[in-house]
Amino acid sequence: MTSNQEQKNRDTNNNVSKSHAHDWLNEHGDYLYRFALARLRDPHQAEDVVQETFMAAIKANNFSEQSSPRTWLTGILKHKIIDLMRKSARETVASDLMSEQDANMDEFFDKTGHWEEKPKNWQMPDSALEQQQFFKILQSCLDKIPNKLATLFMMRDVHETDNEEICKELNITTTNAWVMLYRARMGIRKCLEINWIGH
Amino acid sequence: MLKCKQASQLVSRALDKKLSMRELFALKFHLLICRYCSRFSQQLKTLNVAISNIGKKIEDDASITLPTETKNRIAQSLDSEH
Repeated sequence: MTSNQEQKNRDTNNNVSKSHAHDWLNEHGDYLYRFALARLRDPHQAEDVVQETFMAAIKANNFSEQSSPRTWLTGILKHKIIDLMRKSARETVASDLMSEQDANMDEFFDKTGHWEEKPKNWQMPDSALEQQQFFKILQSCLDKIPNKLATLFMMRDVHETDNEEICKELNITTTNAWVMLYRARMGIRKCLEINWIGH
Repeated sequence: MLKCKQASQLVSRALDKKLSMRELFALKFHLLICRYCSRFSQQLKTLNVAISNIGKKIEDDASITLPTETKNRIAQSLDSEH
């Protein structure tokens, strides 16, 4: 085998070829877009991270034929989403998200640390119709909290990578992932309580 | 003794990482005696499940596709890459 051929083989083994990348774009582009959209909740941002993912994929040399392209691409996408969140977290350090870090949750607790408004007993939706209503309300509650909080919240769902891992990665710059998640939950919970229970 | 305010923070944190034994013990004890915080704890679990369902719903919704323009744009960028 000439060294030229060897070089060629190495390329096909390690580097993602262009035709591969095009196939993947057609096969997995929509899925990756939905994955990003579910977490970022912003179509433009979702499109951008999908593009970045493919650009990173074609430059990467760690794809092995044994792994599924979708899983591999999704892994890259996750990191792109986290990068984006990290960037925007840096931009908003001084903003409202962080000023709450002294946990002055005055709207939720009284001076003695007791619930200002006691959590009510939730009637959980059981019919399909009720469930749909519940999801609609939940969506609108997610829309009401700052987008970054919503994203952070969406990133840590069940079949996601390790929750702690994501928080750890974000902690590098925000140091406040816990507080942010707590605030997000308190806000969404209250919104749900007002709009679902009182419906 | 934990106040509800602190207990609620621990409830939230416990969803993301393991609490220390001391925290866990204090929280369990508080939840035993405080029905509002145990409601709250239940609600956050429900919320977690609901959120991940929303995410999955979007992921599985075949009617949502990468806009054609964007797809073309990405394809072009791939081609200009060497």
